[in-house]
Amino acid sequence: MVEHTVKAFDEDITRLRGLIAEMGGLAEVAIQQALQALVQGDEELAAEVVERDAKLDALETEVDAMAVRILALRAPMADDLREIVAALKIGGVVERIGDYAKNIAKRVGRIEGRSHFEPLTLLPAMGELAAEMVHDVLTAYAARDPVMAREVIERDDKVDAFYDSIFRNLVSHMVENPATISSAAQLLFVARNLERVGDHATNVAEMVHYSATGTYPDDIER
Amino acid sequence: MNDAAENLRPTRTAAFEARLKKRYAAERRFKAIGLGAILFSVAVLVFLLVTMAMNGVGGFQRTELRVPVDFAATPVTVMPDTSDERAVVQSLERQGLRDIVEFSATEALGEEGAAQVNSEAWRLVAQQIAADPSLARGEQVFWLPTNEDLASAYAGDGSADLQPLAQQLAADGLLADNFDFGFLERSDATDPQLAGIWGALKGSILTMIVTLALAFPIGVLAALYLEEYAPKNRWTDLIEVSINNLAAVPSIIFGLLGLAVFLWIFPSYRSAPLIGGMTLALMTMPVIVIAGRNAIKAVPPSIRDGALAVGASPVQVVFHHVLPLALPGILTGTIIGMARALGETAPLLLIGMRAFVASPPQGFTDNATVLPMQIFLWSDEIDRGFVERTSAAIIVLLVFLLLMNGLAIYLRNRFEKKW
Amino acid sequence: MVMSETTDSPIANPAHKSLENENIAHGEPKMRARDVDVYYGDKKAIDGVDIDVYTEYVTAFIGPSGCGKSTFLRALNRMNDTIPSARVTGTIELDGEDIYASGMDVVQLRARVGMVFQKPNPFPKSIYDNIAYGPKIHGLAETKPDLDEIVEKSLRRAGLWEEVKDRLSDSGTALSGGQQQRLCIARAIAVDPEVILMDEPCSALDPIATAKIEELIDELRGRYGIVIVTHSMQQAARVSQRTAFFHLGHLVEYGHTSDIFTNPAEQRTQDYITGRYG
Repeated sequence: MVEHTVKAFDEDITRLRGLIAEMGGLAEVAIQQALQALVQGDEELAAEVVERDAKLDALETEVDAMAVRILALRAPMADDLREIVAALKIGGVVERIGDYAKNIAKRVGRIEGRSHFEPLTLLPAMGELAAEMVHDVLTAYAARDPVMAREVIERDDKVDAFYDSIFRNLVSHMVENPATISSAAQLLFVARNLERVGDHATNVAEMVHYSATGTYPDDIER
Repeated sequence: MNDAAENLRPTRTAAFEARLKKRYAAERRFKAIGLGAILFSVAVLVFLLVTMAMNGVGGFQRTELRVPVDFAATPVTVMPDTSDERAVVQSLERQGLRDIVEFSATEALGEEGAAQVNSEAWRLVAQQIAADPSLARGEQVFWLPTNEDLASAYAGDGSADLQPLAQQLAADGLLADNFDFGFLERSDATDPQLAGIWGALKGSILTMIVTLALAFPIGVLAALYLEEYAPKNRWTDLIEVSINNLAAVPSIIFGLLGLAVFLWIFPSYRSAPLIGGMTLALMTMPVIVIAGRNAIKAVPPSIRDGALAVGASPVQVVFHHVLPLALPGILTGTIIGMARALGETAPLLLIGMRAFVASPPQGFTDNATVLPMQIFLWSDEIDRGFVERTSAAIIVLLVFLLLMNGLAIYLRNRFEKKW
Repeated sequence: MVMSETTDSPIANPAHKSLENENIAHGEPKMRARDVDVYYGDKKAIDGVDIDVYTEYVTAFIGPSGCGKSTFLRALNRMNDTIPSARVTGTIELDGEDIYASGMDVVQLRARVGMVFQKPNPFPKSIYDNIAYGPKIHGLAETKPDLDEIVEKSLRRAGLWEEVKDRLSDSGTALSGGQQQRLCIARAIAVDPEVILMDEPCSALDPIATAKIEELIDELRGRYGIVIVTHSMQQAARVSQRTAFFHLGHLVEYGHTSDIFTNPAEQRTQDYITGRYG
């Protein structure tokens, strides 16, 4: 990619992307650690995840400020403009992904009798998938790669499938063992959060596609 | 603290100070030289003007004798219709005005004095009466010009025998140098007491009119064509070089040209303002063309573009926009050209405008002479009277030049527009 | 040359949600250029340009220095005729008539296709005479009251009437830069043109004067076809509905302004407008 004649503009954009990349990394780790804490019942780890979410919020504020500054001072056009607008929106979405991870971590202390629950073994796999989606979509953002972004979108179906099976499993568990309802319900929320993370990763993928090509991927319902 | 000061002024070394001094000295020297040049020029100019004025003052005066004429004793009748001066003068002559004047002069001045009255004096009396018939009643005092001998004697030159007479008459209040308005109304004459500049002045005016009428339109139109329409090729370059060289050609060559061409076409108009004007127009035109081209070149293309963009045709652009803006420059060139033409003698010599012309020209085809020519002719004369007249004529020429330039500068300032 | 693809309906293609004015329906193009080359002597300054200019839109020409946009603009009203070595091939039509045909009267053409220049160039005459000159030489006014009316109408349309109505006999050159440029626009309007060409009209003006001129251009849109050459992409973006990008004498891209500035089809266009040029 040819550089801008005004080098400082390139530096600004690089910094912005760096912030987004940092946010993505933090969100990915948050998801993984939240699930780990959940499976192992590690309340300390869970507390860490909750605390670290503040960092993600701060980064989002910084991304906002920087994007607005670039809009005002650099008057970006065409692909630069699309990139800045995409960065603004992606920042907000990643911050929400982080919130979901925090939400999962918060539920760690409320689950009892973990050995009973079969879904507890499924959830890490689902979480892995979601975290991978987040990781890959941010890689696609860094590479301005619309093909990769589209590929991430397709993976959301798998996450949804996971959610459906976990849901059925938990419901039948609850029907059979009414005593476990409150814990099971927590797990239901966790699964729900992960499914939402997958959806948000899809949103980010659409932003990436738009930033790179100027169009949204057609076969998606928004 | 000192170090800081040193750091702030690292350049004020001794070498630097020396250079600074030299530079200031050079600038002062330059200013002094410029001032000196201006003062020198002013001094020369002042010297010229003062010398001319001092010499010329005398030329505006005329030595005259006081002669009272008693028309009651010797009446004359003036024709009722005084419009034709010649007829009135003739009728007075027939009535013996000449003798009346002689008689009155003898009465007033004595035999010797009367003999010094100019022989044409009676004619002046007749002309004055023709202009104002009321003078032919009662006793009138006339100041009559002396003849040249007495005038020289009174001035201190000329024959020694007349000097005592002159002193005597002056002491009696009968002889004086009076301001001579008539100098500006009379034409050339053999007697310096009767000579005037009007003939030459009118000749100059007529010649200048012809020159301007020919050189200005032709010069301006040529400049316009060369700048606006002519294609940029070898031919136009050749024309440009030729015109530039024409401006530098010695003026006497134009006289030869006038002699060969104009007098061949109009042989009977030798010495006429028409021929003189045409010859001088040839000389003035290149100057106007050069100045005109520069003035037209100086009009910014943005004005032309603006006019074209509004839908003006090329001719309209030139006459509505370019020419008005170029006019100050063109007028400057015209002033320079006309001033040169006014003072030219050599080319007019060749076409014969050096004749002795005793009456002012009536039209463009009458015999005439011009101011510089008159000065040249008078300066050749030996009579002392003509020396003073020459200086006076030079003053008249200078004043005429000033007025012409003043008019042109006024016109130029009026047309000066800011763009 | 590539046309950015758009449909005119804002709903069919939500990604190209352009500003309303870009989608106003247009009639036949007012001026049509096909395969136009412009030469200065042997040097080719404009190469094979095809473009349509509509009365309904303001068209902006953008491009780096020396790309030929001013040259092409001047070809539209035959101002290049004043340069002896300039030669134009191809066809440029105004209302279907070839303006370079031998029967076309250049003087009349320039009254129909007016021009405003980069540096304001009012005549060194009074404000009144500046405006009145064009109508006078074209015989547009028979009586003095008619002329007065044309002068007032032109000054009003140019947004200058209120500021100068009490001093119409003052010199045109005594006005401020922005006022002078509006005077030049009024002068162009006075001869009732059909198209107004503007060659970087605001580059000599401060931002406030520039904004007033841009507002004026927007008001004149639709009544006169306006083509504006500009160095400022922001100005082209603000003021025009169609934008043409020129590069080294070629017309690289021509399309809706919002498309050109959010998602141009050509890489060269994108490089230029994002400042990656050179």
